Amino acid sequence: MNADTIKSARNAAVLIAALLALWQLLYWFAGETAIKPPLTTFRYTLSLVTSDAFWPHLSESMRAFAAALAIAVGVGLALGFWLGFHRLSGQVFEPMLVALYSIPKITLYPILLLAFGLGMPAKIAFGAIHGIIPVALFTINAVRNVKPILIKTGRVLGLGPAAMVRSILFPAALPEIFTGLRVGFSLTLIGTLLGEMFAAQRGLGYLLMTAIGLHNVDLIMAVTLLLFLFAASVSTALLAIDHRLHRFG
Amino acid sequence: MSRLALYRMLVLAAAVLLLELLCYVGIIDRLTMPPPHRIAYDLVVILRSGSQNAAILKTLSNASIALGSALVVGVAVAVVLHGLRAVRETLDPLFATYYAVPIFAFYPLLIVLLGLGDAPQIMIGFMLGVVAVIVNTLNGLDRVPRVLRKTARIQRLGAAETALTVTLPYAAPYVLTGAKFAVAYSLIGIIGAEFIMSRGGMGYEISFAYTNFDNATMYPLILLILLVSITINSALSWWEKILLARRGQ
Repeated sequence: MNADTIKSARNAAVLIAALLALWQLLYWFAGETAIKPPLTTFRYTLSLVTSDAFWPHLSESMRAFAAALAIAVGVGLALGFWLGFHRLSGQVFEPMLVALYSIPKITLYPILLLAFGLGMPAKIAFGAIHGIIPVALFTINAVRNVKPILIKTGRVLGLGPAAMVRSILFPAALPEIFTGLRVGFSLTLIGTLLGEMFAAQRGLGYLLMTAIGLHNVDLIMAVTLLLFLFAASVSTALLAIDHRLHRFG
Repeated sequence: MSRLALYRMLVLAAAVLLLELLCYVGIIDRLTMPPPHRIAYDLVVILRSGSQNAAILKTLSNASIALGSALVVGVAVAVVLHGLRAVRETLDPLFATYYAVPIFAFYPLLIVLLGLGDAPQIMIGFMLGVVAVIVNTLNGLDRVPRVLRKTARIQRLGAAETALTVTLPYAAPYVLTGAKFAVAYSLIGIIGAEFIMSRGGMGYEISFAYTNFDNATMYPLILLILLVSITINSALSWWEKILLARRGQ
C-alpha cells in the first residue's frame, strides 16, 4: 500500500463517518415520520434484500440500465467520433448537442410514454437520452485533441475510417473518453431510475415511487441507500480508473 | 460563422419538417403527438388566454429562487472549500456520485421538514443545482494563476476581498458553466417534484394533461419549458463567450 491508497482510504472513512453522523443528527432533528436512523435502515435493507419480492425489481432495473447504458455508450461514441473527426459536421451539430444537453429532460417523459408505452422500452429510452449526449460531447473534445501527427500517420498508412478509429483515435483519446463514460454512467443510471419512477410497474424506481406514495419511510430509506451504495461504489471505481488513465495517458 | 448558423437553421428546419411530415402521413398518430405547427399554435392560444399563467409563474419563480440560492451558496461553499484541501479531497467522491443518486427520494423527507408549500420543491431544485455550481467553481478557482493570488497578497487583500475582486472574476467563465447546469437542474428539480406531488405548477399541469390525453395543453407546456431553458442557456453561453473573448481566448 502506498501513501496515496492510505490517504484515499482514510478520506473515504472520514466521509462515510461524517455522512452517518449527519444522518443520525437529521433523524434526531426531524423525527420518526420523516426519516429512519442508520441502524434501523441497515436492518430493514438487509431484510429487504433477503426477501423474494425484491429481486424481480432489482433485475428489472439492472436489465433496463444495462440496455440504456449500452445504447448511450454505443450511440454516444459513434456520434462523438463522427462529429469530432468531421470538422464541418462537428461545427454544425456540437452547439445543438450542447443545447439539448441543457434542457430539463424530465419534461420529455410524457412524450416518451406516449411513444413507447408503459414498461421496458420507455425506461431504456429515458436512460439512454440522459447518457448519449455527455458521452458524445466528451468524445468530440477527446477526438479533437488527438495530436494531428497521429492522424497524419494514420493517413500515410492508408487506414480506412474503421481502422483509424480502432487503432489511432480510440487509444489516443481514451482518457478523455473514459471521463465521458463515467459521467454518462451516472446520468444514464439516474435517467433509468427517473423513467422507472414515472413510467413503470416494476423496478427500483417504481419501488421508490410506491414507497413515496404510501409514505413507507423504511422502504424509501432502504431503496435510496441501496441505490446510493451502488452508484457510489461504481463511480468511485470509475473515478480511480479515470485518474490512472489521465496520469499515464 | 454565418454559414454555420445557416446550416444549423437548415438542420433544425429539416427536423421540424420531418416531424410535420410523419404526423401528416400518420406514422406518428394524433394521440401520440400533434404536428409541430399545431403545438406552436396551441402555445400561442394558451399564452393569450392566460389559463396557465399561474402555473407558469409558480414554476418559473420557484426555479429562479432555487437557481439563485444554488448560485450564491454554491460559489460561497466553493470559495471556502478551495482553501480547505483535506475537506475537499474527502468530499470529491461524494461529488462524483451525487448526480447518480435520485435526489427526489428525499422529497417526502423535505415535505415533513418544510411543510406542504413551495419550500420542499425549491429545496429539491437547490439541492440538484448547488453541487454543479460548487464543482465548476472549484474547477475555475484551480486555474487562477499564482501571480494573481500573489498580487492579491501584495495588495494585502483579505480572504473575502481576494475572492470577490481577484479569484472569482477570473473563474467567472467556469462559474457560468456551473450556472448553465444549475439552470437545467433547478428546472428538473422543480418540475420533477411537481410531477410527484404538488397542487400546481407546470409539472403538475403537464402530468394532469397527460393523464387526460390533453395533448393540446401538454405539448405546448413542454415546448415552453424547452424554449425557456434553451434561451437562458444561450444567453449564458453568449456571456461566457464575451468574457473569454476579452481575455483573448
